[in-house]
Amino acid sequence: MTLIIEAIITGLLTGGVYALMSSGLTLLFGVMEIINVGQGALVILGAYLSYALEQQLHIDLFLGLLITMPVMFCLGILIELLFIRPVKGDRTMLSILVTYGVALVIEGVLNIVFSANLVQLQAWYITASFQVGGFYLSYIYVFGFLLAVVLLGGLYLLLYRTKFGHSLRATMQNRTAAELIGIDVKRVSTITFGIGIALAAAGGMAFGATNAFDAGSSYDLISRLLAIIIFGGMGSLSGALIASLGMLVIEDVTSVVWSPVWASTVFFILLVIILLARPQGLLGQVEGRKQ
Amino acid sequence: MKIFKTVGLLVLLVLAITFPLVFSNPAVTTIAIFTLMFAAAATGWNIISGYTGYVALGHAAFFGIGAYALAIMCQDWNIPGGYEPFYLVPVAGLIAAVASILYGWIALRVRRHTFIVITIAMFFITQLLAYNFRNITAGSTGLGLPIPLDWGGYFFNVPFYYASLIVLLFALVLSWWIRNSKFGLELLAIRDDEDRAMGLGVNAGASKLIAFVLSALIVGMIGAIWAYFVESIYPATTFDPNFDVAIALMTFLGGIGTLMGPLLGALILEPTQQYFTLQYGQNGYYLIIYGALFLIIIILMPRGIIPTLTDRWRIFQETRHQHREDGVVITAIAGKGDKGDSVKSSSSEKKEGINL
Repeated sequence: MTLIIEAIITGLLTGGVYALMSSGLTLLFGVMEIINVGQGALVILGAYLSYALEQQLHIDLFLGLLITMPVMFCLGILIELLFIRPVKGDRTMLSILVTYGVALVIEGVLNIVFSANLVQLQAWYITASFQVGGFYLSYIYVFGFLLAVVLLGGLYLLLYRTKFGHSLRATMQNRTAAELIGIDVKRVSTITFGIGIALAAAGGMAFGATNAFDAGSSYDLISRLLAIIIFGGMGSLSGALIASLGMLVIEDVTSVVWSPVWASTVFFILLVIILLARPQGLLGQVEGRKQ
Repeated sequence: MKIFKTVGLLVLLVLAITFPLVFSNPAVTTIAIFTLMFAAAATGWNIISGYTGYVALGHAAFFGIGAYALAIMCQDWNIPGGYEPFYLVPVAGLIAAVASILYGWIALRVRRHTFIVITIAMFFITQLLAYNFRNITAGSTGLGLPIPLDWGGYFFNVPFYYASLIVLLFALVLSWWIRNSKFGLELLAIRDDEDRAMGLGVNAGASKLIAFVLSALIVGMIGAIWAYFVESIYPATTFDPNFDVAIALMTFLGGIGTLMGPLLGALILEPTQQYFTLQYGQNGYYLIIYGALFLIIIILMPRGIIPTLTDRWRIFQETRHQHREDGVVITAIAGKGDKGDSVKSSSSEKKEGINL
């Protein structure tokens, strides 16, 4: 029983980190109707940036985010301006190919700069742990979760309390109408892309602190992130949040009561069942007719 | 014009058939085999993604199912290496097609954008299952296929070449037939406006599913030939996300929704990719070059070679026509307005309405 409770708690805590990574992905789909399959590679890039700062300059991982997140924000804006904006035609489809190309380039660069060996981030709070009830929990899980709460809270404030947030949500609801009332949809899209990538960087740091990773980890990561945003409903932030927490709890509980081998399979089967009942995902909206 | 086309196609066919007799070097024929395989897979993929506009990025699942089906059949029935496994290739394709009914039934319940992501997710589920069902797939240990011991040296590649060529021809004929049938017209109607097509009496659900299953059949057969060619299969190499993106990129380069586009794209891209692999190996530099190639193609030629060239030719013809007739400005304007249009309206049939 304690094992199950432990699994639920760690599931919820790591689920927060996944929420961080997937919120960027679902936000990009909602605002720009693009699917950024490069998100996995960008998360890993964020993790490597934190790793490099920590190894070379001995900057604490969380303080390092103050550097990596703005850097990744700028990188996101650059990617959007160079590769996403010029795309004509079927944006959703072409965006997948373009961001896949970006992911390949990132993976190649990471392979050259950091060799293909697995690395893990180092800090005192990763190795140290404290006792809750009958088991020990590493500090990083709690810190990572708190980071997610802070950043997602910030995202919430940005979306619902600022003028930019209003423009963003208007764009999400109806791109054409938003353009008609004078919202600079292109600018909103670019900034949203930057925000999504910056969130990925933060998620990458927390991911790299709890998992060993290399440049190839991005494939496993993107499959999970895509599953999460489908489960929650594409373009729905709260859906992504619920799905992230649900996925990780289900996985952790399955690996305790059954076997770690089947951990992600159970979630995927649940995903298929959900899709049969609600093809648009938990909180997704039915795709309407294109005007 | 029509006679040129027929002669051209015949010449291409003769070239394709005599290719391994002229270039017998195994390094060259290996590249040719992979090119044919990708050309067939891309042509099959185009049936669902090009004609209906439902871009599927999970066909590597059917590629893998076809591969595993052949491996398991050969293992269970103790089939020796030789020509026999080739007879089972259509069976493996059928197994993949049957499996695709379930995939399609689940994935085709949503519209385009969500469909793309669901197919990706379902591909990863399949890969995971291949790892986990150890008693069927042997997990990450992988499965071996019978080795054709009689085919030594230069001859080894030849049967695989012709097997791939036959599947490619089958795919092209199927694709051509669909393009010119009422069924194909229904698929194109779904691509252009699904709701209106349904309003006009197209059974969209069934049409999409049939197109999906047909494309899975071809991809499954290619997977089976591939498995026999590489002789040992593992979940990581058999269910490869790069496969999906590769056939999608080939189709986009050649022209999505056109008959010969996927073939053209594969003929250009696959040898290039194989060459880079030989030059640089599968390392970081290779990934950077391949990724950069991706970005260049998509940004510069989002509609593909064939639609772009067809449009150029048509506009050229129209302007010449206009100079002669000295009038009818509307045609040219309509033609130019259409140029900037999306991939959707690239089919040549639609243009006929413009010429009044």
